Amino acid sequence: MRVFMLGWEFPPFISGGLGTACFGLTRGLDQLGTEVTFVLPRAVDESLSSHVELVTPGSESSARPGTSFVMPASFAHIRFRTVEATLRPYVSPGVDDDEDDGDATGKAAKRKGDAKLKPRQPVRVISAGGQSGPGGHYEGDLFAEVQRYAGLACDVAAEEDFDLVHAHDWMTYLAGVAVADQTGKPLVVHVHSTEFDRSGVHVNQRVYDIERAGMHRADRVIAVSHLTRSIVLQHYGVDPRKVEVVYNAIDDNGRDEGRALPPIAHDEKIVLFLGRITMQKGPEYFLAAAKRVLEVMENVRFIMAGSGDMIRRMIQLAHEMGIGHKVLFTGFLRGDDVRRVYRMADLYVMPSVSEPFGIAPLEALANDVPVLISKQSGVSEILRHALKVDFWDVDEMANKIVAVLRHPPLQATLRDHGSIEVRGLSWVDSARNCLRVYEAALAERRD
Amino acid sequence: MASVCFYFQVHQPFRLRRYSVFDRSSEYFDHERNREICRKVAEKCYLPTNTIIEELIKRHAGRFRVAYSLSGLVIEQFQLYAPQVLRSFQRLAATGAVEFLAETYHHSLSFLYSREEFAAQIELHQQLIRDLFGQTPRVFRNTELIYSNDIARAAHALGFNVVMCEGADQLLGYRSPTYLYTPPGGSKVKLLLKNYRLSDDIAFRFGNRQWSEWPLTADKFARWVNNVSGSGHVVNLFMDYETFGEHQWEETGIFEFLRHLPEHVLSLPANDFKTPSECAAAYGTSGTYDVPHMISWADSDRDLSAWLGNAMQSNALHQLYQLEAAVKSSGDPDLLNDWRKLQGSDHFYYMCTKHLADGEVHQYFNPYDSPYDSFINYMNVLDHLRSRLPAH
Repeated sequence: MRVFMLGWEFPPFISGGLGTACFGLTRGLDQLGTEVTFVLPRAVDESLSSHVELVTPGSESSARPGTSFVMPASFAHIRFRTVEATLRPYVSPGVDDDEDDGDATGKAAKRKGDAKLKPRQPVRVISAGGQSGPGGHYEGDLFAEVQRYAGLACDVAAEEDFDLVHAHDWMTYLAGVAVADQTGKPLVVHVHSTEFDRSGVHVNQRVYDIERAGMHRADRVIAVSHLTRSIVLQHYGVDPRKVEVVYNAIDDNGRDEGRALPPIAHDEKIVLFLGRITMQKGPEYFLAAAKRVLEVMENVRFIMAGSGDMIRRMIQLAHEMGIGHKVLFTGFLRGDDVRRVYRMADLYVMPSVSEPFGIAPLEALANDVPVLISKQSGVSEILRHALKVDFWDVDEMANKIVAVLRHPPLQATLRDHGSIEVRGLSWVDSARNCLRVYEAALAERRD
Repeated sequence: MASVCFYFQVHQPFRLRRYSVFDRSSEYFDHERNREICRKVAEKCYLPTNTIIEELIKRHAGRFRVAYSLSGLVIEQFQLYAPQVLRSFQRLAATGAVEFLAETYHHSLSFLYSREEFAAQIELHQQLIRDLFGQTPRVFRNTELIYSNDIARAAHALGFNVVMCEGADQLLGYRSPTYLYTPPGGSKVKLLLKNYRLSDDIAFRFGNRQWSEWPLTADKFARWVNNVSGSGHVVNLFMDYETFGEHQWEETGIFEFLRHLPEHVLSLPANDFKTPSECAAAYGTSGTYDVPHMISWADSDRDLSAWLGNAMQSNALHQLYQLEAAVKSSGDPDLLNDWRKLQGSDHFYYMCTKHLADGEVHQYFNPYDSPYDSFINYMNVLDHLRSRLPAH
């Protein structure tokens, strides 16, 4: 089985769950011996003259001069190819953009690339209630970039030999369709999130159209949860027979390292929000619950780690609620800082309004932090040892937060069972499920 | 000669209402839901099954005999929500063919935490049974058939000479639950052991179409009973009463099975039906049944792990019984009553985090989505109850 895979993010060029998922999935496929050519857009360093670069895994020497992209050595069957693109679809520009600075070296490089290529033209996608817009910006002339990526992907595809095309999220769907049309190979599109998750009811029609066209053209659609599958069926009218659910998993890399570290001593109980501070993630529900918690408990601090277009409003909101001194905004955390904040946290809360999957709670559990997650998340379909709450039910969220902070046996039971549960998840299983979908798509072509 | 000894457990817990940390009310129980479930089970199980049992006793002129254990909590619910069920049990008591067993009034785990409370609840229960049914229970069964040598000793000290328990393979070895046994150390107590194979054939497997013995007919089951003749005295069929019509729906034919079982069993003149007291009076014991650790009839583990398998459960129980002295010295009857209702074993069963196979059984009328929700709710109630204690 040879797969031509179209991705958007990949560590270290990553702004969220999509890159993590692509990394895990390709690793799983690699371990199952599946050959994958992974096509990835990346910012072009000014010293780089070629638009396309080829990196052979495990041998840095084959990388072109000037690249900072070092391949993980553990990939045996994966070839990475990158094409120039400048897109950051899920990261918002505007007032809070500075918060993102230095989140990863790649992103900084990307921004430099942006500036060189063209002036930034933020495309305003949604506008909730006429305000400055939660999560509503796509950067650059995204649609032209998506088209250009499709063309470049076709160029790469012409040089490659493969059985099937697998495209991750809408930015790559046009490329997926183009490559499938060009080669006649079956197309699998993988829905990590939909426009409805990202933008609520204020859907960008052009993004929706691309998503819909990709899903309809595809031989098979992979949804990351039943929650997402039902959106695909209801809002995109896709034939239910071709939509399969493949859950994400978590990479066991670094987990032992996390375990070896002792907890960081601190006097206060700490409740952690870690993620993009955007409409989709429900940060205002976290603050509302915090206020309720503080009505019955004193010695608690709430940490909001992350950046996003709602961060200023959240700082303002915390202040207006009179709990500003109890809420700490850290900005975007990376690497060791993430591990450190997990070691301090008594509870991780993910109050997402709409979360197609949600890998972050799995990471929290892997770091021995119990989790409270919204029922409006895909991950709640597979986690049994987690507290669950409707994102809007702020009182119940507070009720559960208080319980974890007050009753150490609850925290311990959640943590112990949760960490066992999360150890049972594996990207190899997810990859195996993907392979099953590939086989089904190919078998249908043979019939 | 084989004596069939039926014992049916009748119990419903007082389920808690949703109680958040922000609640301030002293009303902890979900009366609407408890009423709804009690009435539903009354319609599907208690009333029709009682009618059949009464008919059978009459038809067989007292040769068909059974035993019941009704928790104090279910009796309170009948009084509140379904008095006709209580009246039908009273009619059964009047036949003289029905024995009522002793248990802790609040279907509690009190033996493990407070011998004083354990004794008090048994006393309360005996009094209730005496008042309602005109007989004093002489045979003891502990909550969920939780049993050990210590429980036999404690029961004996409270005047019981017959105790019911699980016939666990790992303790019986090659021996059979068709004989009566005695606890070690020269105890005078006679033990009746549940025949879990034949009991579970009815309680768990009856309606299972994948079971090799499906469909189970009264005729076939009576033949299995006959096999015991010559290799034992008793066939102890202990089960939840809700088996009839609730766990096994009417559509499975469970009522027809019950209706015809006595005639098939009694067709062999050597067979009969006996209540637990009658079994103990009729038969001697065949050696000791040594149970140093707690056993029960729950799940596949047959131990305490359904109620005490994780840190939340032991914490909740520990905190509950810590309040005993303060509750009792408060002199507040409402407080004592609430505290005792919170001892119902079901509250802790809902907190069980064991593996999925047993976990499915735990779903039965479980008001919670998860064991964690159950613990949180319970602890909120307990915190509020604590706040009602008089300040020292």
